[in-house]
Amino acid sequence: MASTWRFAWRNIWRQPRRTILSILAIAFGAGLLVFSIGIQLGQYDLMIQSSIRIYHGLLQVQKEGYLDEPKMRTSIADISSLASDLRKLSGLDAISARANGFALVSSDKRTYGTMIVGVQPEFEKKISSLPGVIKEGRYLSSDSADEIIIGRSLARNMQIKLGDEVTILGSGRDGSVAATIVPVVGIYESGSRDLDRNLIQMPLISFQQVFEMNGHGHSIVIYDEDVKQLDALRLQFQDLTADYKDLVTLSWDEIQPGVRQMIELDYASGWLMYIVLVAIITFSILNTFLMSVLERTREFGIMLALGYTPFNIGRLVMLEAFILTLVGLAVGTLIGVAINYYFYVYGLTFSGMEEIAKMYNMPATITPQISFESVFLGPAMILLFTLLAALYPATRIRKLQPVEAMHSI
Amino acid sequence: MSHITSLLMSLAWRNLWRNKRRTLVILFAIVLGVWAMIFTAAFMRGMSSQILSDTINNLTGHIQIHSKQYLDDPVIDHRFSLIDDQLFESLNNVLIKQTSSRVRVPAVIVSERESTGLVMVGINPDNENGMSFLQSSIVEGRYLKDENDSGIIIGRKLAERLETRLGKRVVIMSQDKDNKIVDRGFRIVGIFDTQMEALETGYIFMGLQTSEDLLNIKNEVSEVSILLHDMNQLDELVADLQQQNPHLDVQGWAQLEPMSRVIIELYDSFHLVWHLIVFLAMGFGIVNTLLMSVFERTREFGLFQSLGLKPGFIMGQVWVESTLLLMLGLFLGNIIAWWSVLATGEGIDVSAFAQGMEMANLSNIIPFVIITKDLVLANSVVIILGMLTSIYPAWRASRLVPADAITRV
Repeated sequence: MASTWRFAWRNIWRQPRRTILSILAIAFGAGLLVFSIGIQLGQYDLMIQSSIRIYHGLLQVQKEGYLDEPKMRTSIADISSLASDLRKLSGLDAISARANGFALVSSDKRTYGTMIVGVQPEFEKKISSLPGVIKEGRYLSSDSADEIIIGRSLARNMQIKLGDEVTILGSGRDGSVAATIVPVVGIYESGSRDLDRNLIQMPLISFQQVFEMNGHGHSIVIYDEDVKQLDALRLQFQDLTADYKDLVTLSWDEIQPGVRQMIELDYASGWLMYIVLVAIITFSILNTFLMSVLERTREFGIMLALGYTPFNIGRLVMLEAFILTLVGLAVGTLIGVAINYYFYVYGLTFSGMEEIAKMYNMPATITPQISFESVFLGPAMILLFTLLAALYPATRIRKLQPVEAMHSI
Repeated sequence: MSHITSLLMSLAWRNLWRNKRRTLVILFAIVLGVWAMIFTAAFMRGMSSQILSDTINNLTGHIQIHSKQYLDDPVIDHRFSLIDDQLFESLNNVLIKQTSSRVRVPAVIVSERESTGLVMVGINPDNENGMSFLQSSIVEGRYLKDENDSGIIIGRKLAERLETRLGKRVVIMSQDKDNKIVDRGFRIVGIFDTQMEALETGYIFMGLQTSEDLLNIKNEVSEVSILLHDMNQLDELVADLQQQNPHLDVQGWAQLEPMSRVIIELYDSFHLVWHLIVFLAMGFGIVNTLLMSVFERTREFGLFQSLGLKPGFIMGQVWVESTLLLMLGLFLGNIIAWWSVLATGEGIDVSAFAQGMEMANLSNIIPFVIITKDLVLANSVVIILGMLTSIYPAWRASRLVPADAITRV
């Protein structure tokens, strides 16, 4: 066996220039794939992280039907105690209850219709990064304080500043008029245009009083920074809420299908490009494999005459292709990983990135992912393609007739 | 001279086909590469043209005129008068194809069951025709009759959210010019359906005069949207209009929708990068194949030289061979790319990713668009870089020493 390897290795280097060029082609492909898949996956991680971190959470428990038609009456009874039960039973702390409403909010000068969300300040801090991006003033103090926080854009549009009072006018859960006057204690700037322009938070108990919620709320948000835990957590919470009628546990990609679809679309189109590229590289080196067989007709004839079977020779040719590809892949993968590691440490950013980042509400630098998937997926595809390509010349050996072959030049 | 040229050409052509299989393999790599370049370019071009047309159709137009503070704070306070000789004069420009004046302010819509905030747009239905998506998107009921039409048009998704339908009455609330809350009931006379949820839930449309009556203004609007005959004259016209109307704010679509601009620019810059990557992938194969054919013919080249042919001639011959190969590959690649673009018809349907597409400002059908600029770029990358890379094998061929070469088997 060892001698077959040595045999193959020496055969490869009979044409050093050709071999090196082929290795370079494979290394180029492998390096490029490792680099771009790493960047892609890193970017997806970022998109997922930022879309769940800022506001929506990893999972939400809601009344069935609320996601499609968010109506005030589609609510969960006694939501605060359900949330605290879930905290106890699951052992997770990052669980918080919310109630959502719509109201007309007026300052002295302006009136806007916006979303108002009742939150539990103490737990909201654990599930959302919004409390951390207060730029003026402070976050909500307690569950029952009469105060609100408001986004920077909305504050500017309404021409209000910290400490100003606003009038909230909406309709309660029972259809009655909900009205109150509350001071603005904090102004946040999340970077997400939607939130900054269209979301006001107030403490849950005050919200329930103003909007006649009678202890009801609309969603229990669960956060965990490890997205890989999603399926396990989802099962756990489905189990925990099984006794309640009509409750559903929704994952982040059901709550924000757009993000998931963007990722899938991008990944699919990326793979199409990679496959085309690998196919080009394969054809580009197919000639190397082909020639290494066609040139050696005489040699193979002698080998056949010496008692080698066509299968033995075919295996030798395949082994040569395999070793050559492996060397190329090793070089390319190392370079790709090195580049990704550099950007992993220093971050990658390019022009235009900042504006795009703002739109999807993520940081302007990409950190490539370095994982088993990102490093080995691309090279594995190249290996598969090149071995398939090497099969073609290898099968030609079966057709060789020893005497005829030995006579050829 | 022409004798030598034709000799070179026919020699080169015959040499190419001395090893059919090898030439076909590398030809296939080149064709695949050229196809990938052009097809991908057509796809990206289709994406950007789709983004552009969607951006322009979604109430943006090519150019918009607002009062100075409107873009920052889009409310009724920041309106401007249409009874303005200077403005009238400058809109009478031959470059302008169509204009539409709109009242566009935040409002709240209240149905029997639900209420939500959105943007209310007052339009002149005739002027708006052909400028925005509205008329062609009406799926139920009718389009607005005239400026005084007392009905409103709302999006399908909004109708679902509000649990209302065609023919029902809803109340619209907004602030009038003195910042007083005004409200009035309107009948829903039309429902529109676009592929973008944000449009369907974010806007309602009514007659321009009707909206002015509601807001207590007369001959005043929030914006004038302009469509040009030729987009290339956009910058020129923006500068002219701004100069003629210094009290107003004149902006082109690229400033109004920076997101779309950034995405289009990103696609643009990706073209060349992708072409280079594809070329590199096939470049290794081209060099390798040419080198093989050169070294096989060592004896022949030696003979040529000892017969008195100059090294330059031999170099030229190999070079012509590779150029012929490249041209053939380009020719076939272009034809196949054209054919595959034609075969995709109106484009590919990506509605499975609808919400993801919406995040990227895109609708659900992406057409393939081939433009001359992209074709020229792809073809010149291949031919220029291809000819450059084949210098090396050609040079190697011319460097063979006659006496050595001729004695080699």
